[in-house]
Amino acid sequence: MNPNDVFITFPELLVWFPLLSGLIIFLLNKEDQVKKLALTSSFITVAIVVASLFFTDKKYYNFNNVSYFWLPSLGSSFALMYDGMGRMLCLLTSLAFPLAFLSSYNKSYTKPNSFYGLMLLMQSGLIGVFCAMDALVFYFFWELALIPAYFLSSRWGGERRIQTTFKFFVYTFAGSLLMLIGIIYVYLHTPDFTFSLRSFMNTKLPTEKEEIIFWLFFIAFAIKMPVFPFHTWQPDAYEQATPSVTMILSGVMVKMGVFALIRWLIPVFPYASQLFANFIIILAVIGMVYASLIAWMQDDLKRLVAYSSIAHIGLMCAAVFARDESGMKGVMIQMFNHGINVIGLWIVVDLIERIWGTRKISELGGLSNASPVLTIFMVVIALANLALPLTNAFVGEFLMFNGLFSHGIWTTAIALFCIILVAIYTLNMVRRVFYGETKRENVLSLKTIDVNVKTALVIVVLIILILGIYPKPMFELTQDSVDVFMSKVKGLF
Amino acid sequence: MSKLVYLVPLLPLIGFLINGLGRKSLTKSLTAIIGCGVILISFIISLVLFFEVKAGHSEVVTYFDFITAGNLKIPFAFQVDQLSVVFLLIITGVGFLIHVYSTAYMHEESGAHYARYFSFLNLFVFSMLLLVLGANYLIMFIGWEGVGLCSYLLIGYWFKNPEYTAAGNKAFIMNRVGDFGFLLGLFWLIQQFGTLNYSDIFSKAGDMKINDAALVGITLLLFVGAVGKSAQIPLYTWLPDAMAGPTPVSALIHAATMVTAGVYMIARSNLLYTLAPTTMGVVAIIGLATAIFAATIALKQNDIKKVLAYSTVSQLGYMFLGLGVGAFTGAVFHVMTHAFFKALLFLGAGSVIHAMHHEQDIRKMGGLAKRLPVTHWTFLVACIAIAGIPPLSGFFSKDEILAAAFSANTVYWVVGVIGAILTAFYMFRLYATTFLGKFRGSHEQEHHLHESPKAMTWPLIILAILAAISGFVGVPAVLGGHHELENFLSPIFAGSVKLVHDHHEIAHSTEYMLMGVAAGTAILAILYAVSKFSKKPDLEEAQGFGRVLQNKWYVDELYDAIFVKPLKGFSGFLNAVVEKSGIDGIVNGVGRLVNYGGRQLRLLQNGQVGAYILMMVVATLVLFIIQLFV
Amino acid sequence: MTINHYIFLSVALFCIGIIGVLTRRNMIIIFMCIELMLNATNLLLVAFSKMHYLAASVADAATTAGTDGQLFVFFIMVVAAAEVSVGLAIIVMMFRNTHSIDVNFLNRLKH
Repeated sequence: MNPNDVFITFPELLVWFPLLSGLIIFLLNKEDQVKKLALTSSFITVAIVVASLFFTDKKYYNFNNVSYFWLPSLGSSFALMYDGMGRMLCLLTSLAFPLAFLSSYNKSYTKPNSFYGLMLLMQSGLIGVFCAMDALVFYFFWELALIPAYFLSSRWGGERRIQTTFKFFVYTFAGSLLMLIGIIYVYLHTPDFTFSLRSFMNTKLPTEKEEIIFWLFFIAFAIKMPVFPFHTWQPDAYEQATPSVTMILSGVMVKMGVFALIRWLIPVFPYASQLFANFIIILAVIGMVYASLIAWMQDDLKRLVAYSSIAHIGLMCAAVFARDESGMKGVMIQMFNHGINVIGLWIVVDLIERIWGTRKISELGGLSNASPVLTIFMVVIALANLALPLTNAFVGEFLMFNGLFSHGIWTTAIALFCIILVAIYTLNMVRRVFYGETKRENVLSLKTIDVNVKTALVIVVLIILILGIYPKPMFELTQDSVDVFMSKVKGLF
Repeated sequence: MSKLVYLVPLLPLIGFLINGLGRKSLTKSLTAIIGCGVILISFIISLVLFFEVKAGHSEVVTYFDFITAGNLKIPFAFQVDQLSVVFLLIITGVGFLIHVYSTAYMHEESGAHYARYFSFLNLFVFSMLLLVLGANYLIMFIGWEGVGLCSYLLIGYWFKNPEYTAAGNKAFIMNRVGDFGFLLGLFWLIQQFGTLNYSDIFSKAGDMKINDAALVGITLLLFVGAVGKSAQIPLYTWLPDAMAGPTPVSALIHAATMVTAGVYMIARSNLLYTLAPTTMGVVAIIGLATAIFAATIALKQNDIKKVLAYSTVSQLGYMFLGLGVGAFTGAVFHVMTHAFFKALLFLGAGSVIHAMHHEQDIRKMGGLAKRLPVTHWTFLVACIAIAGIPPLSGFFSKDEILAAAFSANTVYWVVGVIGAILTAFYMFRLYATTFLGKFRGSHEQEHHLHESPKAMTWPLIILAILAAISGFVGVPAVLGGHHELENFLSPIFAGSVKLVHDHHEIAHSTEYMLMGVAAGTAILAILYAVSKFSKKPDLEEAQGFGRVLQNKWYVDELYDAIFVKPLKGFSGFLNAVVEKSGIDGIVNGVGRLVNYGGRQLRLLQNGQVGAYILMMVVATLVLFIIQLFV
Repeated sequence: MTINHYIFLSVALFCIGIIGVLTRRNMIIIFMCIELMLNATNLLLVAFSKMHYLAASVADAATTAGTDGQLFVFFIMVVAAAEVSVGLAIIVMMFRNTHSIDVNFLNRLKH
């Protein structure tokens, strides 16, 4: 077999495989079978991605790697590319699902076949987003990822799930529609009437039009990330969704927004992004401080994590718009690391809720007396959350702040204020939940920290430590994407 | 051999992993052997390194690329030179003694907690070694944060007590405030020099002009980090609270090593600071202010560890004063002697606390000299050393700083000497109240009073010897010495020494006088304190000004009122008002508006045929008008 | 008579129709007013048809210009007749059910 052919088919394989296994799972009835198959499928996806990491060939990094025509009359083709950033995010996506499945393996859902089927459908959509090189295909997958998310969070979850999911869906969907308008507008101005990324990049819109279309795209991505002040759907949605869905939403789905900034927004609208960079950086920095302050006030663990995530994403957004090479590298690896860390946090939060029956910080206390192991996991993940050196998040945040610094010392200083705030709220949470005297007896016996959950946590902690000490592989993986991005924005400075 | 330098931090890391992961299965003695053993091996390797460096063999050992981003390349590299080996010896040497001491001190703990303690302690040594060994500011920062983490974990070691864990949080957060400045300084360094490697930065900085704005900014920001880590005004309040941790931890982290990280950092970047005299002035003034301010608080504290904590803050102030006036060697010298005598003081205090069954209030002690002879004698040595009485170590190091302060500014010297007098006074107040006079504790305590086990007394004795004689490595020329330490460290500070021209030599006669005044007044203060407190210790609650001192000038309350409360209130406001009704209100408002609009438009459908026709006619007319006139 | 006279008459009739529809509540009268409007239009169509025919016949005697206007009139009359039959049937049904032919009486669509 020619290895080059294998390489070309990797993105397609990654898109189709979860889709097909998801459809098969829909048809199954037995919960046991469903779970096993879903887990197996997700592990096979990891295997495919890992295998793909070794089949790298610069020759195939071209922009329009057309697999087959899709809507030839419109000039849209099913073009998927697999560059460093896409590969890294596919790795994240493929890792997130087994972690989510593992950590909730002994939880039973009503209608497990549709739950796991939808999950795998979402995985397919997410991978498609990260590989799409054609605006229409991108939009298609963007929505394909959203629709299962809607069903997943409205059918399984907390009491107010219908309401919050409705908000989440309408909010993000409104953003997507704005983006669709933008896509069509740019399409109509492309020289060769195609939706391919390359011709989008080559399109030169009149400046005043570019400024408007920029916002159509930006709002869609800002809602997805989410950036202050478009963030209010997020804490509600995270709070109400069932934990494994939350893991995917916060671990992977929000990266779609950051990813889209790097892949689509800034290279397509370099002029407008430069024009509005200041404004957006300030917005993002305000959002960081704002979200951190609010996280401090939360009593619900899930909402605390949600706001903390908003603060971290704000930094990524600011660093992307600072458009500095070191900052971009930070964003790249932070996308991956934040995904892993936040999934780890959700696993622990879910475990706490299952064992002690509540997520309220004020009702919990002294958990480390009952479960030192859980405390160790939580402390390590919490430290990664506050970007302590030698945990994975440090390198990314350091570089992002460094990139931001090239933009301005005062914005950096304000943004850096967050590293104090993040310490305050994270350590306060750890202190009030884990330390002190036992406040509440566990509902379930501690044996419920099963092997599967432990395995998931061990994987998370290992990734945290390994990438914290030796981040070089991630740098090398994403180097080409950074180069492309920098070459697009360089001409303007 | 210097290729093996990675073993020095690696061994404590291995110890951490073994003790941490095997905490349930290891026996206590095995834990202790592993915990102490790794540090001992590190110490031996450090010793070998020391002699290699002394033979003139210093180098940078690079292991792998930690960060590569564009032009920014930050390797994971260690620097083995004069400054780092001095710190290596202090850290591993004092660290080893404290580990040994801990094996006995922490014996009451259960196996798993015992192992947890040693694993944290090993992790601390690892981080601290990383801090001093790093060949660039990023590795230093990694260690910098790492020691902060260990300090947090060890202060909150008894995690069931909410006050202790709160103290741990406070320490970490205050340190983060410092790190905020430190990080900002690092980014500025990257922008200015494009690298974080010491050697590259110093060679490029040499070409910059004095008091360049960027240099002043960078050095001030780095100094903010040092202020946080080394507990200077205004970020010192975490250190006294940090006494919540086990006493050996206080000795190791909050006296001998971690808190001197700021001094190390400035000594390491001495060239940058010398090029920014403005910053030097700030460093000197903050150091001096801290020295005197903390000394006044220490006068009225009744908790044995709190007195020592404030004394640490005050001594750190002296080190910064030394750095600020350009006496880098003096500051490092003081770090070393201080590590010995302050660790000794803390361990002595630990021995007392151990004997008194976790009683820390000196008003309930007294007359312990007879019952705890070893502790008593070693504690006395340390007190004399810290008071600056020749020929013990504290005299030489403090004198060097004060002499440099005198030549920089006489006022510095006067305030410094007042601080030294206060130091002598409160240390002997502590000594006299604890060890002299009559025993004032309960019967039960008296019954159980005993000298500590060998594992605790031997480190005391060794440290006492070091505290007594270590001054002789830095005997100044005026007293007929050669100042070995200065010669040893001279390559590190060579760049700055060249730049400092205005440091005129002080005449020998003046220097004798300065020494005489400092030592003489200190002796007077000691005599006064001993005579006052050995017979009649002040047991009453302080009144008037003393009360202000006892309450630490109400600084904690002040910070609470001007920083914590407003910030918390503001966050509460954001959470309750801006987020819920403001932003989310707008989002939900848009939804509600659409809903409302639909409901209102529905009313047009009123079923009155006439109204429909009227609307039709009006609409037709409007269309006509548009067609005709627009 | 110029075309203007026809236009004015037609407009006047149309306006009377509109005002009748708007102001009266008796369904029969509304119906008659609608017929009035339709016929106002018819009048106009016939008038324009004649005008176009005259203008075109100067050049070409055999022209058929304007016949489509006449055609439309017939078309409208047929539709109007159909409409009247349906409308009157509705009115009869309405009277049977409500014993009134007041349009405003039937506003139950609203509820």
